[in-house]
Amino acid sequence: MPLLEVRDLHVEFRTREGVAKAVNGVNYTVDEGETLAVLGESGSGKSVTAQAIMGILDVPPGKIAGGEILFKGRDLLKLKEEERRKVRGAEMAMIFQDALSSLNPVLSVGEQIGELFVVHKGMSRKDGKAKAVELMDRVRIPAAKERVGQYPHQFSGGMRQRIMIAMALALEPNLIIADEPTTALDVTVQAQVMDLLAELQRELNMGLILITHDLGVVADVADKIAVMYAGRIVEQAPVHEIYKAPAHPYTKGLLESIPRLDQKGQELFAIKGLPPNLMNIPPGCAFNPRCPMAQDVCRTDVPPLAEVSPTRRSACHFWKETLDASTR
Amino acid sequence: MGRYVIRRLLQMIPVFIGATLLIFLMVNVMGDPIAGLCGDRACDPATEAQLKSEFGLDKPVWQQYLTYMGNVFTGDFGTAFNGQKVTELMSTAFPVTIRLTIVAILFEIVVGISLGVITGLRRGRPIDTTVLLLTLVVISIPTFVTGLVLQLLLGVEWGWINPAVSTEAPFSELIVPGLVLASVSLAYVTRLTRTSIAENRRADYVRTAIAKGLPRRRVITRHLLRNSLIPVVTFIGADVGALMGGAIVTERIFNIHGVGYQLYQGILRQNTQTVVGFVTILVLVFLAVNLIVDLLYAVLDPRIRYA
Repeated sequence: MPLLEVRDLHVEFRTREGVAKAVNGVNYTVDEGETLAVLGESGSGKSVTAQAIMGILDVPPGKIAGGEILFKGRDLLKLKEEERRKVRGAEMAMIFQDALSSLNPVLSVGEQIGELFVVHKGMSRKDGKAKAVELMDRVRIPAAKERVGQYPHQFSGGMRQRIMIAMALALEPNLIIADEPTTALDVTVQAQVMDLLAELQRELNMGLILITHDLGVVADVADKIAVMYAGRIVEQAPVHEIYKAPAHPYTKGLLESIPRLDQKGQELFAIKGLPPNLMNIPPGCAFNPRCPMAQDVCRTDVPPLAEVSPTRRSACHFWKETLDASTR
Repeated sequence: MGRYVIRRLLQMIPVFIGATLLIFLMVNVMGDPIAGLCGDRACDPATEAQLKSEFGLDKPVWQQYLTYMGNVFTGDFGTAFNGQKVTELMSTAFPVTIRLTIVAILFEIVVGISLGVITGLRRGRPIDTTVLLLTLVVISIPTFVTGLVLQLLLGVEWGWINPAVSTEAPFSELIVPGLVLASVSLAYVTRLTRTSIAENRRADYVRTAIAKGLPRRRVITRHLLRNSLIPVVTFIGADVGALMGGAIVTERIFNIHGVGYQLYQGILRQNTQTVVGFVTILVLVFLAVNLIVDLLYAVLDPRIRYA
């Protein structure tokens, strides 16, 4: 049994302008100790899926329209809010993108970390603070004892993200969801934070969902990749296979748009067009208006998630052709 | 912090001198301080000249001001026309107004903030619309109308309260006047809290708090409210000063012998000493309250540090 299994998840946002279908039938699994990277442009539904798993979706306007989220075998969507709350922070935790805005500006970092022990373990505030010092040491924040009483704005960007990590790790959860954890950081700090996260994940044997659009980060730490487009998974595969040969034109486009040193001076490749409007997703394959390989069938039929290999899926009518073209 | 306080205290000096000089000039130069002494009739010229030299009013204005200020700093605010010391008037008037202000501020804090939190969390729902409409009504109606209507209904028609407050003015008699005095500010506090809560509700740190599995109550009180109350506290703090001096209408309606009442009587009878004395004290109250609010701001929001 996998640690987490998302089955046919549908999420909608009901707004005055209409219904935006943010997630349209997502399936993925994460095992203990495994890292799943979820890749996609803004608006592809990768963060919304994560929020649905955590149970922090804004309801309304958000609404889970269907599917199951099995965590350690039980469907989280069937739990009462109070039971769900006890899972959050304790058994699964989330690291957000912008640590400065995600930490409370008027509470000291020690209080914010310690609070988890106070609420979930019934510890006193003083003991909670002592735990906070331990955790800050663990994420290698220098002089943790002196800095525990400081406020978020007194830390640098990298240190703040370490505090977010400390907070997520506090109760040693089984699953961590990291929503673009390094996007707001300098490149050198990015690597440090990512290494730290990967190291702690190994130590605690946690499952990790890494949401990102940074393909460089993915290659180093992920075991498998799910590429999302318009609320659907378009390709899912072990990380090395995808880098060797993508089986979906969208994945291919993403990989080709990474700047490379040996192509210095040449124009950078970019996928044409814009992501689709979620209130009006094109019929057939959602990617067809931007796809260089699109045929008539792509404009009428939604491609099923076809099995490329036992560990690999692609939602493209022409996955074979794409795969062949990229292997060549 | 210490240096900041000292700098602020120093800044108060020119403000204090400016404000008191202005009121002193308005009363002594633009008005005629002697005119009030003779009642409704005009003064006999000989008496007037004699009085003027007796009170030092024939001296240049700046000299009069300096003399007055010198006396103020030794605790002598002069004597009213009826022979009563102004300080004596103050010692009876200020405790009454302070009690009235406390009642009003409590209404603002308890009712205003509660309504603001409730509506801010339920934006667009019926309760929100209702309260919003009510605040608009309260803001649009002048205080004297609210005061007179409540006095008439609660005091005269239904007999729930005394229409007039007794001279001692205990807290129990000040509840309705306090509500009247607070009404407009209360409406503003409600709206301010509502906007602030609604704005911060979608903030990233609130999402983090929810993701940490904190109970809803704790998310609201510890995370949402602490951040949302910063602008509200500033408003309420500044309002303390305004309520102390601005209770003239309310104190008149309910016959409360506080600062507003004395000021009103003083202006009506051209009682120079009373008016200047009370205003001087009110200027000091304003300055002190503003300093406290600014310091409180730094306590509530650690990002603000005064150097």
